This record gives sequence, C-alpha cells and structure tokens, in this order.
Amino acid sequence: MAAISMKNIVKKYGDGFPAVNDVSIDVADGEFIILVGPSGCGKSTLLRMIVGLEDITSGEMRIGDRVVNDLAPRDRNLAMVFQNYALYPHLTVYENIAFPLRLAGEKDDEVDRKVRDASATLELDEHLDRKPGNLSGGQRQRVAMGRAIVRDADAFLFDEPLSNLDAKLRGQMRTEIARLQRRLGITTVYVTHDQTEAMTLGDRVAVLKRGVLQQLATPRELYTQPNNLFVAGFIGSPPMNFLPATVEGDQVSLPFGKVRIPQAKAERVQGRGLLIAGVRPEHFEDADVVGKPGDGSTFRAKVDVVEWLGNESYAYIPFEAPPEVQAQLDQLERDLDGEAMRTQLVVSLDGASRIREGDEAELWIETDQMHLFDPETGENLTLDRKVEDNEQATLEHTATDG
Amino acid sequence: MTTTVATPATQAGRQPQEVSDRTRAENRLGMKLVAPALVVMLVVTAFPILRALWLSFYNYSLTAPEDRQFIGIDNYVTALTDSLFWRDIGMTVIYMLVTVAFELVIGFAFAMIMHRVIFARGIIRTSILIPYGIITVVSGFAWQFAFTYQNGFINGWLPFVSADFNWFGDTVPAVIAIMVSEIWKTTPFMSLLLLAGLAQVSEDMIEAAKVDGATWWQRLFKVILPNMRAAIMVAVLFRALDAYRIFDNIFVMTAGAQGTESISFLTYRQSIEQFQLGMGSALAVLLFLSVLLVAFIIVKLFRVDLAQARGES
Amino acid sequence: MRKLALPLGVLLVMVWCLLPIAWIVSLSFKSQEAVSNGTDPGFLPLDSFTGWENYQTVWEDEQFRRSIINSIGISLIATILSVALATLAAYAIARLEFRGKRFVLSTALAIAMFPVVSLVSPLFDLWRQFGLYDTWPGLIIPYMSFTLPLAIWTLSAFFREIPWEMEQAAQVDGATSWQAFRKVIVPLAAPGVFTAAILTFFFAWNDFVFGITLTSTEAARPIPAALSFFVGPDPFQRPAGLLAAAAVIATIPIVIIVLLFQRKIVAGLTSGAVKG
Repeated sequence: MAAISMKNIVKKYGDGFPAVNDVSIDVADGEFIILVGPSGCGKSTLLRMIVGLEDITSGEMRIGDRVVNDLAPRDRNLAMVFQNYALYPHLTVYENIAFPLRLAGEKDDEVDRKVRDASATLELDEHLDRKPGNLSGGQRQRVAMGRAIVRDADAFLFDEPLSNLDAKLRGQMRTEIARLQRRLGITTVYVTHDQTEAMTLGDRVAVLKRGVLQQLATPRELYTQPNNLFVAGFIGSPPMNFLPATVEGDQVSLPFGKVRIPQAKAERVQGRGLLIAGVRPEHFEDADVVGKPGDGSTFRAKVDVVEWLGNESYAYIPFEAPPEVQAQLDQLERDLDGEAMRTQLVVSLDGASRIREGDEAELWIETDQMHLFDPETGENLTLDRKVEDNEQATLEHTATDG
Repeated sequence: MTTTVATPATQAGRQPQEVSDRTRAENRLGMKLVAPALVVMLVVTAFPILRALWLSFYNYSLTAPEDRQFIGIDNYVTALTDSLFWRDIGMTVIYMLVTVAFELVIGFAFAMIMHRVIFARGIIRTSILIPYGIITVVSGFAWQFAFTYQNGFINGWLPFVSADFNWFGDTVPAVIAIMVSEIWKTTPFMSLLLLAGLAQVSEDMIEAAKVDGATWWQRLFKVILPNMRAAIMVAVLFRALDAYRIFDNIFVMTAGAQGTESISFLTYRQSIEQFQLGMGSALAVLLFLSVLLVAFIIVKLFRVDLAQARGES
Repeated sequence: MRKLALPLGVLLVMVWCLLPIAWIVSLSFKSQEAVSNGTDPGFLPLDSFTGWENYQTVWEDEQFRRSIINSIGISLIATILSVALATLAAYAIARLEFRGKRFVLSTALAIAMFPVVSLVSPLFDLWRQFGLYDTWPGLIIPYMSFTLPLAIWTLSAFFREIPWEMEQAAQVDGATSWQAFRKVIVPLAAPGVFTAAILTFFFAWNDFVFGITLTSTEAARPIPAALSFFVGPDPFQRPAGLLAAAAVIATIPIVIIVLLFQRKIVAGLTSGAVKG
C-alpha cells in the first residue's frame, strides 16, 4: 500500500493540446480519491498516466517513494478495473481472477487460496467455472474487482466501473465498492463522470475541466463552498440555479425582485456591477410553508411547471438573462456536456406546498447560502475561507455522507 | 487549484524526449511487423512490373533471345494501332459491365433471401459457398460441357434453342456461355458482401418506413439501398476489377476463339504462347494502366470510400 | 403467397448453386463413348452409366496424382507463410501507430486489384533466370503476395474487434508485451487467423494463371493447370467424363472445408470487406 503523488502533471498529445494541464494531487495512503468531470476533462487520461498506459509529458508521478514516470505498467504494482471490465473471454472466472498471480509465477496452492479468498469476498464462488460471456453485468463487474483484489497491489484504480450497469445495480455496486475499500484500507483512485458516485464514495474529490484541476476538496466542501461557477454547476442535482444579479448595499437585484443578503457577503462584492448569483434549488421554499413571508428575502414569481415527487416537488420558473450573463451560462452548459436551454429557475419545494402550475407564488430564499460569481472569470467571490479551513482540518475518512 | 512553480530544468529537458521514445519505439515496431509482408507483396509486383516496363521497349523474343534490341515505343505503337487490341479491350469492358450488372441484381436477391430466412441457414450458406470455393477452371468445364450440343443438357432444357445449336460457333453465344460461368462462380461472393451490408441497415429504420406508409419497393429504394451504398460500392469495385481481369473461363471454354478474347488473354497469348516477351511486356504495362484507369473511373464515378475499401475503420 | 415466396427463394438459391455441381458429378459417371458420340445428352447418366470407371482412370494417371500433391503442398505452405506474415502486419495495423501504415494499406488494396496476367511475362522471364521456374517456391512466392492483402484485411478486422483494454489489463496485471500477446491476444485471435487461412487456401487452390505460366511439367503443376492440359486417349476430343471425374476430385477438398467451416468463412469474407 502506498501514497500516490502527482506533481505538475502535463499530458500533451501530438497536436499540442494539453489533455491534462499542470495537475498536482497528493493521494494519502489508504485514501479514496475521486477524479470527476464531464467527458474530455482529462480524468481518464490522468488515471491512465498513474497506471502507466499513457506517457507523462512532464511532471512527476510518485507511488510510495518511487518515481514511476518511466516504469512499465507491470512494474508499478497497481490493480485496475476497466470500464468494460476487460475480462479475458477465453478464461474461466477462476482463471481470470488467477491471471495476475499466474503471471507472477505463484504456486498453484497459493493461487487457489487467494482466488477462493477473493471469490468468497465477492460472492463469486458458484460462478468460478463459468466463462465471462455467460455472466450478468454485475457479476462481470465483481470478477473484474476480484482480479484487482487478489494481488497485493499498492493501489486500486477504477475507470468508470459502474457506467455499464443499470441504475439499481449501480447503486448496489457503489456501496459494495465503498465497503470493500474501507475493509481493505487500500489507496484508491476512482474516475467517474457521475457526481453522485463522486459525492458518495470519495474521501476527497478532484473536479477537472478541460485538463485543469478546478477544486480538490471533500464532498461537503465542494457542495457548500464551490471554488467557481463550473464546480458549483457540476456538483449537485438538480444543479445550482444561476441568476443575473447586481448588488447595492445588502440588496441583491434578481430577475424576480430584490432580496437582502448577509452583510459579510455583500461587502466582498460591492461595486462589481453585474454578477451571477448561485442558489441551490433546496435553498428556496414556499414562503407559506416556511412561515416567514415578507421579511426581505421573499419574492413573487409565476410558476410555469410543477413536478410533484411526493416528498418534495420541483417548480420551474423561466426568466430572461442579459446577454453577457447568458453567454457565460451557455458556455457553462457546454462545459458540463449539456445543451444551452432556456434559462429557468428550479425550485425545490416541500411536499406540503400547494403551489400549482400557473400560480403567482411567493417564494422564500435562504440568502446566506447564496454564492456570487464573477461573470467574467467564474470565480466565487463569496467563498467562506474560514469554513474551508475548518473542513480541511477535520478531514476524516468517514465524512462522506454529502 | 495548483500554482505552477517552474519545473526543474533537468526534468523539462528530459521528458519530452521520453515521450517521443515510446512513440518512436511503437513506430519502429510497427514498421518491423509490416516489413516482411510488404516486401513479399512488392517483390512479386513492383519489381516485375518495372522490369516489364523496361522489357517493353525491346524487341525480345524467347525464340531468339540473342536478337534482343531496343526499339523504343514501337511495341506500344504496334499494340495501340492494332484493331485487335481495341476489340479485346472492348470485349473486356463488355464482360465487366454485363457480369457485374447481373451479379449485382442476382446477388442482391440472394442476399435478401439469406437475410430474411431463419430456417436452414447452414444449408444455404454451404450451398452458396461452393461456387465461391470451387476452382474457376472446374466451373468453366462444367458450363462448357453443359453448353456443348454433343453432350450438354442446356439445349435440351431451353425451349427456344434447337437441339444442335452450337454455342461455341459464334461470338455472341460463346460470350454468353463464358459470362454464365463467370456469373455463376462469383455471384456468391457478391451476395455475401451485400448480405453484410444488409445486416447493417437497422431493422428499426425499415419498420419506421413501414409505419410511415412506404411500400415494399419504396422501402427498398428509399431506405435499404441508400443505407447500403458503401457496401454496394465496395462490392462493385472489387468485382468489377476482378471481372476486368477475366482469363480462366475464356482459356478453358473457348481458348479465345470466336472473338471471345479478353485483354488479359491477349497479353498471355503474346508472351507465353508466342514467346514475344517484348510485345507481351508492352501489353502487360497497358493492361496494368487500363486497370488503374478502370479503378480510377469507378472510384470517381461512384465516389467509393477508399478508406473503407482499404479496411481502415 | 407471401409465405411461399421465401422457401421458393431458398430453393432457387440452392438450385442455382448446386445444379452445375450435380451436372459435373453426373457427367463423371457417363461413359466416354456416350459423351463423345453424344448418344446420351440428358442431365443424368441413363444408359451410359459406367460406375467408378472414370475415377479409376483419372486416379491411375501419374500426372494428375502429382498435381494433387503439388496443389496441396504448395497451397498449404503458401497459406501458412502468408497468414504468419499477415498476422504480424495486421496486428501492427490494428494496434500500433506508425509511419507508412496508409502506404501498407494502399499497397494491399492495389495488389488486390492488380492484373495478375500483366506479371506473367516478367515473372516467367525472372523465374527462369533465378531457377524458380517450374518449382514449388516459384508458385509459393506469388501466391503469398496475392493472398497477403486478403489475409491482412481479414485479420486486421478481427484484431480490431479484440478490445484494446484486454491487452492493457494484462499489462496492468503484470504481463510483459510478449506475455500479453501470447496469453491474451493469440487465444482471442485464433479463430480469425484460422478463417484467414481458409480464405488464403481457397485463393491458392483456385489459382490458374500462375499455374499455367510458371510451370511446365508435373514437378510443380497444380490441379487447375493440370485439368486444362488434361488430354485423354483421343487428343482431338476433350475427355469430358474423365475431366469431370478429375474436377470432382479437385472439388472435394473445397466441399469438405465449406461443410466444416461455413460460418467462419462467411464471417471472414464479410468482415474483411465491410467494416462491422
């Protein structure tokens, strides 16, 4: 087992485009770290550089106390689970799991002991004699994990391991992976584009965009203190709402009216003109349900569509944004693999709310949870540095309930 | 977010080289692996064709090798001004056009049948592969014997042909007989290529067309065929060039008599039967150039995707 | 009516494919006199049935027996060598990035379209100078050149279907490049290699142009050439019955291969030419 340390890692392809640009991440021994981002952000490339399937253009990659830049994959002693599992179709499940051991030339009884150990852990005992072609998706996934855990690898690497499973199985396997990692206590790097997996599995999460590391933090910190517009938009579902905003004193003008924000936040953004305000859907509520109408943080808006889900409901409220904000939001949508759609507010309401489609509703907004972003750079101007420092200090492996 | 501290000079200098090391190693390995195949392919084609080019400028007969003398482009002039050359070129083009046209239609019908059929797939596959695998010379013999009036069955089976009609007594019937053998032997190949193309037309699309109210013919011409275009074009390209080189059937069935000779057969006759290596070489070069021309015309005319023909993905 | 169309079509395909085969088999059982004199022009041998006589005569012909040995030996050797070289080349084409890849593919395409006859006179001349004329290697070499394009296509299509990840997984699992190739790629590619071998064998077995031009005696003459030069007792009349018997014998290996491996052959033919 070992720590993995990446220092100023750069990957350039033939055309000179940096797929990974100056990324530095230290993965502590036994830590579970997630690389997340939309497609093309360089997360898989980074993982493949760790395992040695991709050359490192510049920078230093360390596993334990060895610099591994020039080592072949087989000399790095890492185990990897591939997106398509990469099971060998001509070998039985048993032989698939035994494959790395056979290559290492281990004795038959030793191989047998380790394979049976792994298969017991992963509940594969009854499938050992079958070929991968006859297995279900979840079983294949477990065989791939078996091939990883059977060796005493320094670290586990996962490349979108759950993306080929259906939603229900994905949830089960996610828990399974988390449980296994906790039990083995092995350093793990896990690539995904799914922010739910990122939030639930990782001790820390590295968010990447177009090869550049945007933020490396605990899931809770990513959620509550996003560094910039991109991280804010990427983490959370439904995503954070972005609204054009101008601040005067402690008053923020939104498309629907003015609300008051805490003094500390307001001070940081004085005189900056047009900004982008970010508010998560759950930080809105039906003013009637909250029971504090008209205290300066409510506004009235016409609700276009309501989706009632039982425990909560989502209300959609379209609005117009000025062109400079619109351009930035369209760009963000593209960065997030989405399509530029109409600008609308998504509001999560309590299940008890009686707001109907077409209603002119009074909505309350939890303004101390509002972030304000620079529309040019996307930077979060209202980051609460103190909270961030606290989070860092109390970093613990179990803080993943995000 | 990371802030870049200048990378140590040693690293910056060392690493770009290592990257190219791996690419260079891959480059070298790739070349090493293809080299033997490439050499074998070129040894028997590029070198002889260059030698043919050189020989074609000589008057060189195997019966009198000592009298070899340089005569410039005389061989070419002789060939190109001879009506026999042009008649054979014309004949070859007719062989190509007619056989490919028939093969395309019959092959497509076969492909449709094989695509739809669920039962007895193995038997159909086996039957269709037998003409594909059989020696062309055997096919030539089988059809020649079938067409001869002394012992063939064709005259007896065809109602509008008299029992003693000599198929090999005149150009048109002899050419028909040769074409029948050629078409019989090569249609399976065509139909298998078309079957593969047919398998790639999505069933959903055809059903959507059905729902949209397209008739069987409309589905065929507006949905199925346009979506198989690439497969059809590659099949036509391969078969047309193959048909342009027709030789075996002519050799066996008529030996070039009755004006059934193709350009390949003419070349063969000049060099091997008459030992005129100089003239034969000139014809070989002309044959080679005419194949290039035919390939070029097909590729341009039908806009065949050469990358696909090359097997690149 | 629609229900009947398909079985009818199937029947049509089978008649089309098998009728000439049936005809040549039937002919091989007709007596030589009946064929020459045209006394029994029907499809089936009725009053001219001679049993195995034609087959016996052909089998006793020394030249024909030699040509079978030549054909089998030359085709097999050419197939093995060609597939071995094609495997290396196809692996490189499917898996590696290197300069000259397009050149190799274009060369292969060009050779697949090459007019074989145009090589006849230069090769004839060259082979005589090198002492390759009328020898096994003299045929094996051109067979290799002309089967390589087909073999390379078929094999690179098969190689491309083997997931890249499989080899990478093996490397991560601790395999050297050679181990990854031998333990993972070779077992997975074996069916493809086998298919390419069958197609290559068919080509070599079928060749006629090289067979008649680069040989002069039974030292190397393959079956198709031997058939075309086959002269029976009467030099002015082709011995149809004997030829038919010889043709049937020459076709038997093809039929056996087709019966055993039809699925693989179809897969190989189509994967090589149409991307899947």
